[in-house]
Amino acid sequence: MSDHVHPNEHVDDVHASGHGTLRDYLIGFFLSVILTAIPFWLVMTGAIADKSTTALVIMAFAMVQIVVHMIYFLHMNTKSENGWTVMALIFTIVVLVITLSGSLWVMYHLNHNMMPMNAHDMGQLP
Amino acid sequence: MEAVDHSHWSPLLGRLWWDALPQEPIVLATFVVVALGGAALVAGLTYFKLWGYLWKEWFTSVDHKKIGVMYMILGLIMFLRGFADAVMMRIQQSIAFNGNDGYLTAHHYDQVFTAHGVIMIFFVAMPFVTGLMNYVVPLQIGARDVSFPFLNNFSFWMTTAGAVLVMASLFIGEFAQTGWLAYPPLSNLAYSPWVGVDYYIWALQIAGVGTLLSGVNLIATIVKLRAPGMAMMRMPIFTWTALCTNVLIVAAFPVLTAVMAMLSVDRYLGFNFFSNDFGGSPMMYVNLIWIWGHPEVYILILPLFGVFSEVTATFCGKRLFGYSSMVYATLVITILSYLVWLHHFFTMGSGASVNSFFGITTMVISIPTGAKLFNWLFTMYRGRIRFELPMMWTVAFMMTFTIGGMTGVLLAVPPADFVLHNSLFLIAHFHNVIIGGVLFGIFAAINFWWPKAFGFKLNQFWGKVSFWLWVPGFWFAFMPLYILGLMGVTRRMRVFDDPSLQPFFIVAAFGALMIAGGIGAMLVQFAVSIWKREELKDETGDPWNGRTLEWSTSSPPPEYNFAFTPIVHDIDAWDDMKRCGVERPTSGFRPIHMPKSTGAGIILAGISTALGFAMIWYIWWLAAVSFLGIIGYAIFHTFNYKRDYHIPVETVEATEAERTRQLAAVGA
Repeated sequence: MSDHVHPNEHVDDVHASGHGTLRDYLIGFFLSVILTAIPFWLVMTGAIADKSTTALVIMAFAMVQIVVHMIYFLHMNTKSENGWTVMALIFTIVVLVITLSGSLWVMYHLNHNMMPMNAHDMGQLP
Repeated sequence: MEAVDHSHWSPLLGRLWWDALPQEPIVLATFVVVALGGAALVAGLTYFKLWGYLWKEWFTSVDHKKIGVMYMILGLIMFLRGFADAVMMRIQQSIAFNGNDGYLTAHHYDQVFTAHGVIMIFFVAMPFVTGLMNYVVPLQIGARDVSFPFLNNFSFWMTTAGAVLVMASLFIGEFAQTGWLAYPPLSNLAYSPWVGVDYYIWALQIAGVGTLLSGVNLIATIVKLRAPGMAMMRMPIFTWTALCTNVLIVAAFPVLTAVMAMLSVDRYLGFNFFSNDFGGSPMMYVNLIWIWGHPEVYILILPLFGVFSEVTATFCGKRLFGYSSMVYATLVITILSYLVWLHHFFTMGSGASVNSFFGITTMVISIPTGAKLFNWLFTMYRGRIRFELPMMWTVAFMMTFTIGGMTGVLLAVPPADFVLHNSLFLIAHFHNVIIGGVLFGIFAAINFWWPKAFGFKLNQFWGKVSFWLWVPGFWFAFMPLYILGLMGVTRRMRVFDDPSLQPFFIVAAFGALMIAGGIGAMLVQFAVSIWKREELKDETGDPWNGRTLEWSTSSPPPEYNFAFTPIVHDIDAWDDMKRCGVERPTSGFRPIHMPKSTGAGIILAGISTALGFAMIWYIWWLAAVSFLGIIGYAIFHTFNYKRDYHIPVETVEATEAERTRQLAAVGA
């Protein structure tokens, strides 16, 4: 869908980020492999006894994985596109955190305060 | 209304059958009038051989200026429809007392208030705002077009496709009877079995594609195509607000798309996201839709804040007071608009801590907004104010919007909201800010930029008639609603038991009548101005002694906007150039590289309309064909390599020489 027409070619600022070097890709690749292998290992060996702790740890690895992909494969740094990509990323994270944590908080409250919806629970009312 | 059996289904036509045609006499009469009017229009266009012109010069154009104008026309047409719904409600409510049932059945009335809300927000306010940004932003930043000109044309036609579906629902089938946000469980299949909610879903989904893509497009334009020297903190305020609005669009509209998609699978595939069974939760729908819905109201108002800033600075003849505070206030509002959504459902059952958090964030938003108002007031202070029409609308906005804002802060107090929620007080509040803010801003903008778009000013007399009917008319229409709301009258009522309420509704209906006069006067203003365009002609390109770059080019601007890209040294670049006596270059022109028109946008949107219609009516074969058609045509379009051309240097020279003659003639 992209048009090959840029009416104002002169404003194309200097793009600090180009394509990454082979070294960058290799570092990214190995980090991703390690970050994937550890969660597998955690699950297969049951190294952490508590299942929900394991889940949380895996979630944390997933977050790190996202960051690794963005830096090494999407070549994101504070200078690329004059800092706009980082700005956009921060904004996205802020909005996502607000939306997700807010929804969880609100829905928890609503659920907690809701009248019981079936006859059995209704009978348990004080 | 007695239940009509709509369970008929056939493979060829799906649910579509004779019973889909208008049954109620009012709708039937409207249908006849519209059909005759439409036939006359088509016949007229054919007789005067205008189809080719429209297709070549407008429908397929990727020029941001023409697309901007088309958005404004779409907004205006849908505004007349939405206002007709408003008048119907006002008449119904002013007569339905003492056992009188009024003239609208419940089934019809419920569609009317739903359609009014949906149309006014999605197909009036959004096209108006997008149209303004489309027209003005590239000119203000010294660009020749938006970043993705074809995408722009496609976005417009997708928005139009949504509008077409909503209009079709008036005559084929029914529209939703759920209120403008279609809360489940009412909007679930069990309670809304026929096509109304499906029209709602598909109209919003298809138009949403257009909105989202135009958001992406304008962000890219503002970030990448600014004239050299225009640092972020030298951008005109309107461009700043446009940037923030489009950031909000890109962040918020996917939520709406997701919610609508979940509601669709609930309705079409028997899922239970928002039903009361199997762990579904209607409250989740309310939560999610307001995560989109609250940013949406800032999407609407922010660009108009930009308009008021430009108008105030121009007509007070001085630089805007507190430019940087204005920018930061806009940014703060952008973020805060994501932190307040729960104030739309304080009463749904959250606890005290949740309600107080969202109540306080809501009140906090009034601080940056208040800062903006003071900036405008201080700009006016000791300015040489010229009370032209745009400035009059701006002053009317400041007074009206402030009061609307204050009733908003009142509603932000959760205990007060428990009394006032779902009442006419709320209706009065949001009309107070949307009419007083968004609509008045659009009227200011139309009067302000019309000479730029068409090369002649708008008639002042009829503009003033419209103004003086609109502004008091607004107060007559909504003051009674505030009072009624305080007395506890709820919204969306069709009949009333208490006869003592009737006088208030009659006053409100009178206000609506005045507003009708204001709209009529505005249409007359357009007609008279076009009729007498030679007298109102402006050849300078800068009729208001403007301050930003759009006034530096001719009116209407040439296709390429600027023969040479301007170089910016200060905020209010054009004002700076005038003061420094920058000479307009008259030689050394070069061919200009421009994007080419394409019919792909209107064709894709046309097939999308067919897809939406097929899904609404369960015409599965048509849905499959049109879906494949969209994919196929989109792929086919990627093979179109003839996407650009050069305006030859001779044409540029001729255009610019004409402009030189024009300027010499007016002695500028």
